[in-house]
Amino acid sequence: MREPLIPMIGVVTDIRVDTPDVKTFRVVGLDGKKPFIHIPGQCAMLSVPGIGEALFSITSSPTDEEYLEFSIKKCGCVTEWLHAMEPGQQITIRGPYGNGFPVDTDFAGKDLLFIGGGIGLAPLHSVINYCRANRSKYGKIDIVYGSRSKQDLVDFEEILNVWCKEDGINVHLTIDNPQPDWDGHVGFVPSFVKELNPDTSKTVVMCGPPIMIKFTLDGLMELGFERTNIYTTMELRMKCALGKCGRCNIGNKYVCKDGPVFRFDQLDELPDEY
Amino acid sequence: MKRIALTELNSLFASINERMNLFIPANDESGQSHFTKWHDGLPLSRNLNTVRSAKDAFFPQVENLMGFKVNGKQIELTGMGDEVEDFAFFGVRACDAKSFEILDRVFLMEPADTYCEKRRNNCTVISLACSRPSETCFCTTFGIDPASPKGDVTCWIKGDFLYWEPNTDKGNELTNVLSVLSDCDDTEVNSAKEEIHQITERLPLKELNLSSFGPGKTKALFDRPEWKTLSEACLGCGTCTFVCPTCQCYDIEEFANGDSVKRFRCWDSCMYSDFTMMSAGQPRPTQTERFRQRFMHKLVYFPDNNDGTYSCVGCGRCLRKCPVHLNIVKVIKTLEEVAE
Repeated sequence: MREPLIPMIGVVTDIRVDTPDVKTFRVVGLDGKKPFIHIPGQCAMLSVPGIGEALFSITSSPTDEEYLEFSIKKCGCVTEWLHAMEPGQQITIRGPYGNGFPVDTDFAGKDLLFIGGGIGLAPLHSVINYCRANRSKYGKIDIVYGSRSKQDLVDFEEILNVWCKEDGINVHLTIDNPQPDWDGHVGFVPSFVKELNPDTSKTVVMCGPPIMIKFTLDGLMELGFERTNIYTTMELRMKCALGKCGRCNIGNKYVCKDGPVFRFDQLDELPDEY
Repeated sequence: MKRIALTELNSLFASINERMNLFIPANDESGQSHFTKWHDGLPLSRNLNTVRSAKDAFFPQVENLMGFKVNGKQIELTGMGDEVEDFAFFGVRACDAKSFEILDRVFLMEPADTYCEKRRNNCTVISLACSRPSETCFCTTFGIDPASPKGDVTCWIKGDFLYWEPNTDKGNELTNVLSVLSDCDDTEVNSAKEEIHQITERLPLKELNLSSFGPGKTKALFDRPEWKTLSEACLGCGTCTFVCPTCQCYDIEEFANGDSVKRFRCWDSCMYSDFTMMSAGQPRPTQTERFRQRFMHKLVYFPDNNDGTYSCVGCGRCLRKCPVHLNIVKVIKTLEEVAE
């Protein structure tokens, strides 16, 4: 019987610098193939032996058949180490974990509104590219994405050169403060969403810092959106990712296995402790 | 039903130990009891219970999960945890025997934790009825009968004899090779059970009112103001979680020695401030939230997910060991009284 805590060895084949503190890591197995298949929104445990393990959402789409990618912000022990390494480095990987977004059920046939802030684009990136690859299954796609500055927009090149140029996809970018080389929108995501006044029939997928989520949700409520139509993905500290170590427990849920994707009506049922 | 004279216990233990590593409750110099690897002449403790619970049998405080060899950019997986030989835990009380079922619901739930499962498979549980339950015992609140503990074998001490009854295939297998046991009828055991029930009837905590708790009570309990006053004295030492037979939160850490790395698991506690600490912040910033989490988990969240089964077996260890006299009984009584 296979022990779920024992990881497989993976190789980091490519490291892309996205922003001053975000890099995207491409990972394959020792056989050069994608380590496992996943659903957008699912996560994986990456580790550097001797430093520790941490859970990251998978940034690449399941339709990327050759590899997994992870956009990771430098903010702690493990991520510091990941940011310092070079291509060719082996790491350990186990997963996939969590429920993922209901891309083939609840999202099918819907107009989708993605709202992201900062590194919160990482899990959305997987869903967006999955929807792009299965374009006929979905209605209109709107993407609202904001960051502190132009330099902090994750995947800016892909957004500009790929997403922005596709029919049926509207991308709305914003940064917190004006800067000389930026002629787009300036302002915070929550107020930008209200200004855009999106149609309330859209299914919303939101990920970003807690403060952005809170105010954007308030705005969406004012516009008349239903909480049953708004999805987010959560992050809490985890060690096992199997619903056993106890860390990510909120109410009767474990974020690692019952989440990380929740609808807001589901979150309303949980104690406010995240 | 079988029996053996108490004066012959050493030969019973020797016979078991011939077949598997035997652990029995034995006293240390200060008279406190611990599950101890048996050796010839080691006497059985007559204390009601061990300081730490029997969960150590399946979920040791520290255990190796795996090893790595690091060579430049390359990593090799070496070793997959510790070897587990057949072993027996003798003298497990009814509360601890019930806690195994609760731990199973966590560790053996898909995907099963194979470290724990291996120990579970290799262990023969020999339980021992509580001849004299104490005033800190409240297992009966959770429907546990201290006179009939579960396990592969159940034992009773009555008069000058230890009575022995196998309950499972594993128990029968062991019983069949123990020639030191002789056949007897169950008259004495029935009278032992009756005596135990007479004691439990008189215990002050025999029937706590759990009506405020159980599945679906999250909303009603979470914001109760009493959590603040209840938790005010809590030191966050985690003793309650360490002695608790059902607390199972764990940490995974690594120890690097040059190019060889050991990844190990150790007990952790929701009472500690760094348990949920993230780079993005702390969802449970004060001891009030941590304290509330522990009891909400045992009395509401766990029952929510496990057909109403509480994650407490009423062993009373937290009542005896908390340095500031906080415990689950206080929580139950405080929140229950106001609700009524």
